[in-house]
Amino acid sequence: MNEKLLEVLNITMKFGGVTAIDDLSFTVDRNEIYGLIGPNGAGKTTIFNIITGNYFPTEGKIIFDGEDITGTRPDKVVDKGIARTFQNIRLFKSMSVVENLLIGYHDRLRYNYFEAILRLPRYHREEKRIRVEAMGLLEEFGIAQYADSNATALSYGNQRKVEIARALATGPKLLLLDEPAAGMNPIETQELSRIIRKIKEDYDLTILLIEHDMKFVNAICDRVTVLDYGEKIFEGAPADAIVDEKVIAAYLGDFNHA
Amino acid sequence: MKNAIIKLLLILATLLAIAWAHRTLDSYTLSILNNIAIFAILALSYNLINGVAGQFSLEPNGFVAVGAYVTALFLIPPSDKVDMFALVDPAPMVLHMHAGFLPALVISGLVAMMLALLLSIPVFRVRGDYLAIVTLGFGFIIRIFAINQPAYTNGALGLNDIPEYADFLWTGSIALLTLIVMLHIVFSRHGRAMKAVRDDEDAATAMGINTFRIKTAAFMTSAFFEGVGGGLLASFLSTISPDQFSFLLTFQLLIIIVLGGLGSMTGALLATILVMGSMEWLRFLDSDMVIFGMHTGAHPGMRMVVFAVLLIIMMLFARKGLFGDRELPQILREKFRRKKGEA
Repeated sequence: MNEKLLEVLNITMKFGGVTAIDDLSFTVDRNEIYGLIGPNGAGKTTIFNIITGNYFPTEGKIIFDGEDITGTRPDKVVDKGIARTFQNIRLFKSMSVVENLLIGYHDRLRYNYFEAILRLPRYHREEKRIRVEAMGLLEEFGIAQYADSNATALSYGNQRKVEIARALATGPKLLLLDEPAAGMNPIETQELSRIIRKIKEDYDLTILLIEHDMKFVNAICDRVTVLDYGEKIFEGAPADAIVDEKVIAAYLGDFNHA
Repeated sequence: MKNAIIKLLLILATLLAIAWAHRTLDSYTLSILNNIAIFAILALSYNLINGVAGQFSLEPNGFVAVGAYVTALFLIPPSDKVDMFALVDPAPMVLHMHAGFLPALVISGLVAMMLALLLSIPVFRVRGDYLAIVTLGFGFIIRIFAINQPAYTNGALGLNDIPEYADFLWTGSIALLTLIVMLHIVFSRHGRAMKAVRDDEDAATAMGINTFRIKTAAFMTSAFFEGVGGGLLASFLSTISPDQFSFLLTFQLLIIIVLGGLGSMTGALLATILVMGSMEWLRFLDSDMVIFGMHTGAHPGMRMVVFAVLLIIMMLFARKGLFGDRELPQILREKFRRKKGEA
């Protein structure tokens, strides 16, 4: 078994003349919760989009579980075991909460188009199974009572939970969370860190997350990388990050040169 | 299990009703029912690509035309073709085509489906409104082909004396079959994926859905039934010409599925009955009427004016169409649940 689950190797991403990511490398170990932090526009979401195959990097490689997945189509990346959530929650608006989760199971259902049209036994068997599984997931997140409500009718915090549950439904090894605590109150944030730790254990997950809330990062992450203008300025324990001079300068401005 | 039995009983009851209507009703009523059944097939299948998968396409007139011509060419006996083709001699291929009604319908569907596959390869690689433009163009190309290739289509003269096999037994049961197939697709992982693509294509991709494949599946399924519907139409009307398959046909179907609620199959069915039915029922408006002792005089086209006003009123009160994007059983279940909650 490969100890390193995700390797980001010398990634450079240029949009026209703008260098969004400059020669970035970091490694996420199996069963680790890894944080990616940095001021707005530091290139955090860009890295997510490169890992998930939405962007093709100008230079560098993404190795997942020992396999080079650079430039793999986004839907294939999901099959390999990487699931993500979005910074601005993107639930399927016309669907109920449980239907949103069922979309996550799409590739784990094996019945084909004709089996669905003819309603063959495999259709009934698999549909029954995933409905039970989906309800189980919703219970784990404490939102089972909303299963049949329209997804967008839920509170912001609960919508986040639905999005994470939906990502889990794809059966990932690596979960990418883009600002999971954004817009949550302190109590919700606390509950979220509890849930993230729990699902990490229950589903044998590795988690890479982007976050601004340093208290949350401190409480949950094993290691962090701090980005500023596409460059890595710090890597290590979160407790050390908040006292690091370069990190403070990136967030608050460099007082010595001001 | 209980649901399966209810479903089976409903299907049997519908088939019995179709058989009963076929035996007892007069030919005028049956021709209206035939029309409704054929348009139901077209609206249901158009609703799959436009409503469920949310891909705004404008092609049904093209696929219906293809289906109608293919079926007509298979049904007309070769000896009749020689006499019928007045402009040029029929192509050898056309002369050799001959088949029974069911094989002709299936082949029509398959031809339309293959054309849909060819169209989807360039179109679904890009997003946005390209599909609408390309499919609109496709409809025009089919029509121009029909006019300018007389060796295959008898040109602007069209095809006549197509054997009339399409009675209400055929059209009604194929409409029922289409409804069942469409509902089975909607309530499966594929139907859910189509709706996901409609709601948010990026999020759908992030769930591992191959959006190109799912859109193509919706488009091909839709084309198959539009082709079959076209075949039924040809045999029902017994005469076809290129002008019948103009953009107006697509437009009519678009009205139906928007009225029914984009994405709702049962809504599309109800809307077909309302729209096609009211086209007939409002016919009295075209003729001379006596209102408070005054003669209005005959105004051909008056029913279309009234029809348009009715349509506007309906859309004002039901913005998302009659059923939104849900199906009748879902709506009934919710109503029932709410009643129980109140009690």
